[in-house]
Amino acid sequence: MKKSLNERLAILSDAAKYDASCASSGTAKRHAGGPNGAGGLGSTEGSGICHAYAPDGRCISLLKILMTNFCIFDCAYCINRSSSNVERARFSVEEVVWLTLEFYRRNYIEGLFLSSGIIRSSDYTMEEMVRIARELRTTHSFRGYIHLKTIPEASPALIEEAGLYADRLSINIELPTDTGIAAYAPEKRPSEIRRSMGNVRLLIEEAGEPTLKTKSRKRFAPAGQSTQMIVGADAADDGTILSTSARLYGSYGLRRVYYSAFSPIPDASRALPLVKPPLMREHRLYQADWLYRFYGFEMRELLERRPDGMLDLSLDPKLAWALAHRERFPVDVNTADKEMLLRVPGFGTKAVKSILSARRLRRLGLDDLARLHVSVKKVKSFIVAEGWTPHRLIDRPDLKSLFEPKPEQLSLL
Amino acid sequence: MAMTRIRITLEGVGALDEWRQAARGLIARAIPPEAVDWTSRRDATDLFADSKGLSGSAPLSTVQAATDAPRPQEAMPSFAVPRDFITLAEAVLCHSDPSRFDLLYRLLWRLRGQRDLLADVSDPEVARALALAKSVRRDAHKMTAFVRFKELAPDETGSDGNRRRFFAWFEPDHYIVARTAPFFERRFNDMDWIIATPKGTAAWNGERLSVTHDSHETVPRPNLTDDADGLWRTYFRNIFNPARLKVKAMQAEMPKKYWKNLPEAALIPELIAGAEARVREMAARAPTHPPAFHAGAGRKARENVVEGEAPPEGTIEALRSAAASCTRCPLHCNATQTVFGEGPDDAKVMVVGEQPGDQEDLAGRPFIGPAGRMFDKIAHEAGLARDVLYVTNAVKHFKYEPRGKRRLHKTPNAGEIRACRWWLTGEIAIVKPKLIVAMGATALTSVMNHTEKLADHRGRFTELGEGRTLYTTVHPSYLLRLPDEARRQEEIARFRADLAAVKEAQARL
Repeated sequence: MKKSLNERLAILSDAAKYDASCASSGTAKRHAGGPNGAGGLGSTEGSGICHAYAPDGRCISLLKILMTNFCIFDCAYCINRSSSNVERARFSVEEVVWLTLEFYRRNYIEGLFLSSGIIRSSDYTMEEMVRIARELRTTHSFRGYIHLKTIPEASPALIEEAGLYADRLSINIELPTDTGIAAYAPEKRPSEIRRSMGNVRLLIEEAGEPTLKTKSRKRFAPAGQSTQMIVGADAADDGTILSTSARLYGSYGLRRVYYSAFSPIPDASRALPLVKPPLMREHRLYQADWLYRFYGFEMRELLERRPDGMLDLSLDPKLAWALAHRERFPVDVNTADKEMLLRVPGFGTKAVKSILSARRLRRLGLDDLARLHVSVKKVKSFIVAEGWTPHRLIDRPDLKSLFEPKPEQLSLL
Repeated sequence: MAMTRIRITLEGVGALDEWRQAARGLIARAIPPEAVDWTSRRDATDLFADSKGLSGSAPLSTVQAATDAPRPQEAMPSFAVPRDFITLAEAVLCHSDPSRFDLLYRLLWRLRGQRDLLADVSDPEVARALALAKSVRRDAHKMTAFVRFKELAPDETGSDGNRRRFFAWFEPDHYIVARTAPFFERRFNDMDWIIATPKGTAAWNGERLSVTHDSHETVPRPNLTDDADGLWRTYFRNIFNPARLKVKAMQAEMPKKYWKNLPEAALIPELIAGAEARVREMAARAPTHPPAFHAGAGRKARENVVEGEAPPEGTIEALRSAAASCTRCPLHCNATQTVFGEGPDDAKVMVVGEQPGDQEDLAGRPFIGPAGRMFDKIAHEAGLARDVLYVTNAVKHFKYEPRGKRRLHKTPNAGEIRACRWWLTGEIAIVKPKLIVAMGATALTSVMNHTEKLADHRGRFTELGEGRTLYTTVHPSYLLRLPDEARRQEEIARFRADLAAVKEAQARL
């Protein structure tokens, strides 16, 4: 008997939840209403909106579903691999379109994040996915956000069409090394994944060049491309993961690399650890990723004093770096340059911007910093401010212990 | 002298104009902030607002009517207010904090003497205003996130019976309905909707966006059910990963105060309560045997990789295809793809560069980036036609160092050159060029199979045996790197002369 829409929605959203990305930001602004509106339904406003949060703390911004969870690939880490006995289902093109529009009208979502298991062939699967995006955009004038996961080995012509409808394209690198991919996702070819990313970067750049005739820009995946790496399924250390991220950012202009702590899945492969997902490790990787992209840190700086190639789980990587480089502190908030202010544990990019603005008018003390939403308790060991000099706190041998979290009993799974 | 106080009563539902008018009047009369009591009809805390307050709609006359107001010390020149302040005031006025009018007036008062006051973000009053504005922006953002529309039955009497109709009930902290309504108009343009709140109501009918600040008692609040809510709850239940329970993170972004109007929130307690058992159950379940279709899936997966006919042995196509999966050195792991040579397979002249760059790596073709374009241009000037040349590189994968959003070229080392020489030797054996042009030290080293100094060979022809000649010049990327313009022009001219020599030699072949 055919499963009801509700039953299939249950299966195909359960199957989609291991993809961490849910971003709906950073695309071109467009909308249906107003003087320049084109009618229809939907808008994108630059920054994304999280319409709900699940009890796992993750934002729900998009309707994140698979078109189908049947798959001819057998990737060990994946709930949908062909050797798994997980329940299978498939949506028709029309059903995905209907769900997206009806969810959108009720303001549950910003748009659609569509992925899929591979059925028949990569091209067949990608074609069906492109059809969904095309229907939404052309038949229904849908102006909300669309994120399409591209299928490995799909032909470049399909990717090119996908980029005309989608805000974002992504393809998951899955594991940080080629040998890891060969071991856990034997049917995926890392070189093809990189080639696909390279191709998308070229298409995005090409679309960004105004044409001579119209001076206008073509639209191709205006929210760029992203990827995801699974953390903790194979033995790759943080250094390997982060250097792969740096390569991907540099090579393909990715907006984001997502890290997904490997999480136990129903009917898991015997090849994989069934332990609690390494959430703290995932968190530290995101912090390091941020430091690389917004704070001027090199990946290798964050790992240089870590003999096992792993970030310190007990300290955030910026604090760990500061404790390993005490000679660079204290930093005078009234005179230090932006680069060094960004390296002070407790100063975010916004705080640094505020400091640079406020100190043009007067010398800043700890009170001023508190009003800039800085945690004075956290930063004061590392800074000099008007009326404040840390009393050689920075030299205390037990400084690290002041910041370490209180030990707690680890709970068993 | 005891100061007489002035009371200004505003509607206080987030509009800028009423406050601006009142503040202008006060400023014009140089009335200091300490002398003004601001109240709002809407702030429940002020019981006297309606009976004793002066109308906000005529603030100028209000102030003038207050004959016992303090006399201005001096006439106040009018002054333009920075745009930043207006933006800030628009947000702060939406806040429900009763001190908002006074705070803004204090800032306005100080702005007269200190135009850059708002840049002093650590000033207590500036910081306070920024905090209020932030909380208004957050409230407005949460409204765009957490409004939930429910569909109403079609309106049979309406002029356009085809338009679908939706209703939402929302409870904001601040007076943000007017501020947020245009967002809903832009987004939900092809349907009619009403968003009712205790602080005002917004409605859109396809032509007009109307916002009223009537008290919510006057708004009908139908008790609606919508079947889509059931599907949404199914989605919410299944997108949740029980192995990653993080209740605090959820509540930080979706505080409980919003839950009562969210159809999905009713599920939260049971999802939290059942999470641990679900994870334990996943771990305990015995591994299963693959389903029947697994075997067929493997076959399909293999067929999925479309391999064309293998090109005949000994051709350049066969060599290119073999090189595509080269793992002779570790560079392949970091590069996008092998960038093989291009050009006629019987070319008399083969040009060898160093390695592909960023653009070549992405596109999979040699000599298309900035250095390749430089080569093309100078070759053209020297009369050398590109389409009769076979162009290739000594090393066929891009070696680089990531730096933020870019990749910095790194020179290949001797081991990498040696490993990749296998392919260059193969290309030379098949194409059988009479003349090889090595551009740069890496190409020279590879062709000679020996580390050579570029300066010793530059501009010279060297016999390689087997009727083959080597000519050496610089790599065009060297010309791109020269910072001094005069020097650069000099070197470009020299490169052009080198290529002219190649052209001459080509004519004799």
